[in-house]
Amino acid sequence: MISFTPTEEQQLISDTVRRYAAERLRPAAHDADETRSTPLEVIARCWDLGLLPSAIPEVDGGFGDAHATISGVLAAEELAYGDLPISLYLLTPGLFGLPIAHAGTAEQKERWLPHLLGDTFAPYTAACIEPIWNFDPTAMQTTATRDGDSYLLSGQKAYVPLAADAAAMLIYAREGQATQIFIVERGSEGLEILDREQHMGLRALPTYGVRLEDVREAAAARLGGEQGIDSRRLLDRSRVALGALAVGVARAAYEYAREYALQREAFGKPIAQNQALAFMLAEMAIEIDAARLMTWEAAWQLDQQLDATRQAVLARQYADEAVLMVADRAVQILGGHGYIREHPVERWLREARGFTTILGMAMV
Amino acid sequence: MIDFDLPTPVKRQVQFIGMLGEQVMRPVARYYDEHEGERPWEYINLIWQTVRDQGGRNFSADTTPKLDKEGKPRPRIGYLMLAHMVEALSWGDAGLYLSTPGSGLGGAAVDATGTPAQKERFLKRFAEGEPKWSAMAMTEPHAGSDTAAIRTTARLSDDGSAWILNGEKIFVTSGAMAARDSQGFVVIWATLDAKAGRAAIKPFVVEAGTPGMTVAKLEHKHGIRASDTASIVLQDCRIPRDNLLGSEEIADVRAAGNKGFAGAMRTFDATRPLVAASALGITRAALDFTVQYLKERGVTIHYGLPLHQQSAVERDLMQMEAQHRAAWLLVLRAVTKMDAGEDNALEASMSKVKAGQVANFVAQKAVELLGPEGYSCTLLVEKWMRDARINDIYEGTGQINRLIVARRLLGYSSRELR
Repeated sequence: MISFTPTEEQQLISDTVRRYAAERLRPAAHDADETRSTPLEVIARCWDLGLLPSAIPEVDGGFGDAHATISGVLAAEELAYGDLPISLYLLTPGLFGLPIAHAGTAEQKERWLPHLLGDTFAPYTAACIEPIWNFDPTAMQTTATRDGDSYLLSGQKAYVPLAADAAAMLIYAREGQATQIFIVERGSEGLEILDREQHMGLRALPTYGVRLEDVREAAAARLGGEQGIDSRRLLDRSRVALGALAVGVARAAYEYAREYALQREAFGKPIAQNQALAFMLAEMAIEIDAARLMTWEAAWQLDQQLDATRQAVLARQYADEAVLMVADRAVQILGGHGYIREHPVERWLREARGFTTILGMAMV
Repeated sequence: MIDFDLPTPVKRQVQFIGMLGEQVMRPVARYYDEHEGERPWEYINLIWQTVRDQGGRNFSADTTPKLDKEGKPRPRIGYLMLAHMVEALSWGDAGLYLSTPGSGLGGAAVDATGTPAQKERFLKRFAEGEPKWSAMAMTEPHAGSDTAAIRTTARLSDDGSAWILNGEKIFVTSGAMAARDSQGFVVIWATLDAKAGRAAIKPFVVEAGTPGMTVAKLEHKHGIRASDTASIVLQDCRIPRDNLLGSEEIADVRAAGNKGFAGAMRTFDATRPLVAASALGITRAALDFTVQYLKERGVTIHYGLPLHQQSAVERDLMQMEAQHRAAWLLVLRAVTKMDAGEDNALEASMSKVKAGQVANFVAQKAVELLGPEGYSCTLLVEKWMRDARINDIYEGTGQINRLIVARRLLGYSSRELR
């Protein structure tokens, strides 16, 4: 029966993350952006919330239930409401762990998941996007070639978060006509972590280029073993997650602009009392709610084991446009002040622009 | 629990109306667009059976709590059902849908503001006999969105037994059918004291054929031509004293405050999501048709292609689909809150703003994508674009609804944000 009310448990998670985001993430966000570094104590404290384990099914050692995707999008929105790059930092091990949980063999799960379910944050990551404008996750330029009992991986990746510290990473590569995933450990021969990248936004999240030159991996390193993976389902999951993060950033920008408009006076009254501004704010709120509902529906379809590709694609596309529109208007509402880095709205605009790019998979 | 699954009765009803739309409404849609003023009796007689058998309410829901076998309140789905019916009928044809007999907008006002006895007295007729209509008359030649400026007056007769109404109402949907051509009624909003503003504006039920009420004019419209839109003139129109909706004391302007007017606003909380649903029925018609038409001509949407591999047409279609779905989810949220008995004024106006915008965007885009064929009257696409246009105007323009949304979000009164 149709309902837009989270369960009590979901509401509790959402409230907890919201409080955490407001008290820890938001106050750290400005300096993290300026200094291009995420404070590790924030990550350590946030790890205690157990967000990654709650996305991993119980049979695999986590405590994710049948509504785990919905719970996940609720938490993701709240996190991103605090700060997007710090959220991504925290969620990066999930880029490694969730595909393994959803598509890995029993051996792969057994070997790797315990590292992600521990008491302390452990950097693991995934390399998907490639440094080209017309990146296509269904036709990667990075290749995996079978060579006897093993695979040879070659190619170049970009936007790989935490690559310099990661103990292991997933490499997305084209094998024949399909995209497959390989687990590559730090220090593998032929694997080179390049310089840290500089981007318009997400500056607190360290990302790196990664080069692979005939990196040899045993067949057992292929995610899903002989069967391999259906990358579509994984793409749908990341689309939904990104949609929820976009909603969080949009809500942050909207609320900030609304409070500013209520306080700031011009011509003897708060600027919010002008229809031109009030209507902008109304439209921002409508787009945020619409994007959230789109994301929820896609998440619900995933939880129901339905084919969610269409809704996930539409939701992500919708949320990407919404966050950009909202952040842009937030800058406009603050006027000159919106352009100054003292206020967070220009940062949210830089981050909003990244949604069509970050993590690569989001490009589709 | 967040859930997007629809109750089975709703799914069944949508399926039934879908068939009706395809077999009964679509074949005559063009005819009634070209013959404005003719009544679509084949549709009216058919749909009347359905409306009548369901108790006659077609634009408001019975909100009396129903208990299950264990005595617990059953979840209400009245507005969820109505939204789906309105959407599906508008997919068939919006003009015909607006001609649907039943309790309609006038009935929605009775439901929102009437006493139980008045609801019984005025709404019973829609569950029996011949097709009947009701209408709601608010707008006047000089007062549209600014409803507080209406000038139609109501005064008590000298002997105190009747109200006497004088004034002119325009843009009354189904006005002719409600006031003249069936045993229906019109809810006339009139002021007891033009100087007292909102507080003095009250709803009065005027039965069809009451002397002093005349249908002065039928409008010629851009779209939704199958629907009659009337001007109604009231000239010393006498109605029984208890045709003032609500209890007798609301007639006391000073004591009751703007109780009657608040009732009008409550009516809108219920009807705005339904108008939004109608807008999205037209939207879905235009979208479905365009997607199918292009598919047959080799344009298929591939969900999840990288940007550089998408054609501009594909990109447009995906945007149309996303916008349509997003707007529909806002409608579902608004009606779900209505059914739960929660205040949904914000959600109702949000859904109306979005749906009004999306209907126009999608229908206009559909004409664009189909080029010369889209513009031609051989297809219905150009008609859908015209039909869509009203949805950002009636039942509160996009601007008025933005104002309502903004006031709620900013915590401003209507005085603070004008």
